[in-house]
Amino acid sequence: MERKREEEIRCVEKNSPEYPEKLRCFDDMPERLYVKGKLPDSERPSAAIVGARMCSPYGRIQAFHYAKMLSEAGVQIISGLAWGIDSEGHKGALEGGTPTFAVLGGGADICYPRQNRALYQRIIREQGGVCSEYPPGTQVRKYFFPARNRIISALSDLVLVVEAREKSGSLITAQWALEQGKSVFALPGPVNESLSQGCHRLIYDGAGIAFSPEILLRELGLKCKNKIKSTQKNEIGLASDLNLVYSCLDLRPKSRDFLSQETGLPTEKTASALTELEVMGLVREIGRHYYVKSQN
Amino acid sequence: MFASVLSAVIMGMEVYPIQVEADVSSGLPSFTMVGFPSAQVKEAQDRVRTALRNNEISLPPKRITVNFAPADIKKEGAGFDMPVAAAVLAATGILNPELLKGALLAGELSLNGEVHAISGILPIVIKAREEKCRFCMVPLGNLEEACLVPDMKIIGVSNLKEMIRYLREPESYREREEEKKSAPRKEIPDFSDIRGQKSLKRAVEIAVSGFHNLLMIGPPGAGKTMTARRIPGIMPELSYEESLELTKIYSVAGLLSPSDPLIRERPFRSPHHTSTAVALAGGGRNPRPGEITLAHRGVLFLDEMPEFSRRSLEILRQPLEDKTVRISRVSGTYEFPADFILCAAMNPCPCGYYPDMNRCRCTAGQISSYQNKISQSLLDRLDLCAEAEPVDFSQMSAGREGESSLEIRKRVEQVHQIQAWRYQKEKIQFNGELTGRQLEKYCIMEPEAKYFLQKAFEHMSFSARGYHRILRVARTIADMEAAETIRREHIGEALSCRSFEKKYWS
Repeated sequence: MERKREEEIRCVEKNSPEYPEKLRCFDDMPERLYVKGKLPDSERPSAAIVGARMCSPYGRIQAFHYAKMLSEAGVQIISGLAWGIDSEGHKGALEGGTPTFAVLGGGADICYPRQNRALYQRIIREQGGVCSEYPPGTQVRKYFFPARNRIISALSDLVLVVEAREKSGSLITAQWALEQGKSVFALPGPVNESLSQGCHRLIYDGAGIAFSPEILLRELGLKCKNKIKSTQKNEIGLASDLNLVYSCLDLRPKSRDFLSQETGLPTEKTASALTELEVMGLVREIGRHYYVKSQN
Repeated sequence: MFASVLSAVIMGMEVYPIQVEADVSSGLPSFTMVGFPSAQVKEAQDRVRTALRNNEISLPPKRITVNFAPADIKKEGAGFDMPVAAAVLAATGILNPELLKGALLAGELSLNGEVHAISGILPIVIKAREEKCRFCMVPLGNLEEACLVPDMKIIGVSNLKEMIRYLREPESYREREEEKKSAPRKEIPDFSDIRGQKSLKRAVEIAVSGFHNLLMIGPPGAGKTMTARRIPGIMPELSYEESLELTKIYSVAGLLSPSDPLIRERPFRSPHHTSTAVALAGGGRNPRPGEITLAHRGVLFLDEMPEFSRRSLEILRQPLEDKTVRISRVSGTYEFPADFILCAAMNPCPCGYYPDMNRCRCTAGQISSYQNKISQSLLDRLDLCAEAEPVDFSQMSAGREGESSLEIRKRVEQVHQIQAWRYQKEKIQFNGELTGRQLEKYCIMEPEAKYFLQKAFEHMSFSARGYHRILRVARTIADMEAAETIRREHIGEALSCRSFEKKYWS
């Protein structure tokens, strides 16, 4: 078993034709990459989506949405397979249909975090790949991640930071991207949200403001095929109680008591309505009795 | 000369009658005790001899042998002092051995002859009634407790002299005047003190109505403990049988107040999270009831549940299913009742503020290791999960609002009646105890509700056990509206309070 795992991982030297063109032009790139699956196609546009591990539902949903839109337009999404924004970016990309790639902070055979095993396998199965500069079997170290980030930014033409606190690893990626001459975009959020502080700082410092996936596509010189709908209005035709509850929800988590107060419905009615909406797939429960809309 | 008197020993919750026999014969002066006495019981000889001497009764310099029959039960406890003294007095001829026939004695002696109260008097007196004793002689400090048993003559004595006097003429003992002072009810905090927290209150009412176990999740200071303390106040009052049953347990544990021994309120036990498994389940060489037994017919509140050791939590699983706890020791298997509502409280993450991302600074790894402290199999036994949300100032400062405990209790009592009527042919009392076939029989859904539940089942992917949980809770919610069949909205609400699944945090 151990042997087979090693066999699956290829070692790509810097002088090999397979070595990504995008990395070749920088001096500080690794001499060899360990790859499971494929490496990103240098001919095709690619974008990195990075952000906080402990993200808010807002960031989670946006990361998924942006990744899906870009992927549908043929952009390869590159990220780090971490919790939170990274995972959502990969998931959105898989939904969009273009292969997605992960750069890991340990050996390419080590899925970190372990809970992302299914995602790790799906990335490889769907024509994407996982790579690392560390030999197989290398355990994850905290100080590997900033170094890993330079590869993520180098592999992409554009870096999108979705949610980042003031001191965040994602800002290191953005820093690398600037040094490497890539364009950096940040997703705006509420000004009082500490998870958006890092993004706002980037925008203040001159990063692009990613208020719609179209902006990113234009930056990459792509046209977006299907016109992106702004927020869909509620045209689902819900029963009155459900509609009342649904209209009070947005992407910020709201508690059941708050909703019941807001709608004026008794607690038990609100609870029942929320469950119905959840079964219909319109609402997600993201913590105990905290609800958000499941899409914008 | 030979004499014997009845006493009793408590093992677990069971009482075994013990014949205390004494024999005085000529030979070298000695005092021996046989019949498997423990070290505590062996000490009785010194206490008895000294107490007698201090009351100007000197034992003759003869060979005294005391035997406890049957000899195969280990005799524990200090309650044998009084019967040993009585048997020895009878054997030496100071008392007529005939006087001891049909009497049961239990009590501890001090060196000056005073009789001290002991634990476990109530079950002993109940046993004496079963054995058709003429009267029971108990320490004065246990008199109130012993008098809870109807149709039994009880003599309370405070010292050796009284013991001898009333053994000689039990008729001279004057029954205490029946001054039934209505004991002041203990002040139970009221539900109306809780501001806001509507969905938490609702969940608590459902839990009490159907005897479901409850998990409360919320940030620090939201009112989880405050709510839990108020739960006994909305449970129906104890019947006399239940009171007596509880008093028996507390008597064995030695936790009764001497002046007002009868337990009238439902217990609320809140063991600290450092409690060991044995402290919760009960145990020891001669097992004594643990916290879960002391919470019988009441509430066992586990605050900060993830802080409890895994071992302590896992022992709750079997009692939650069986409503009793069985403890096996070398000396035998003991069974204690443990029919309680488990109410657990926890924070959503180690710092307590998730999903408020402005305050929560926990990493995903910390959160998952925090949750993993509670096993899924224990979570599966918590039918309901409620959320305590942080209270804001406007709610805090608003005037008194909400219903009082009394109003809620009235509703709960009605729901209990519905259940009592429905389950009169079953062994169960409450919806929370429904299992397999009973669920099919009693949880009849309207077609629409069934369809909805099926859709939810596919969408939310819960386990078969989770499905049963939802049915049980839906049955209770329907009962709260006095509805015969379970409707769609009942299922909807039950689904929204289903016990938490770990995926929410990832």
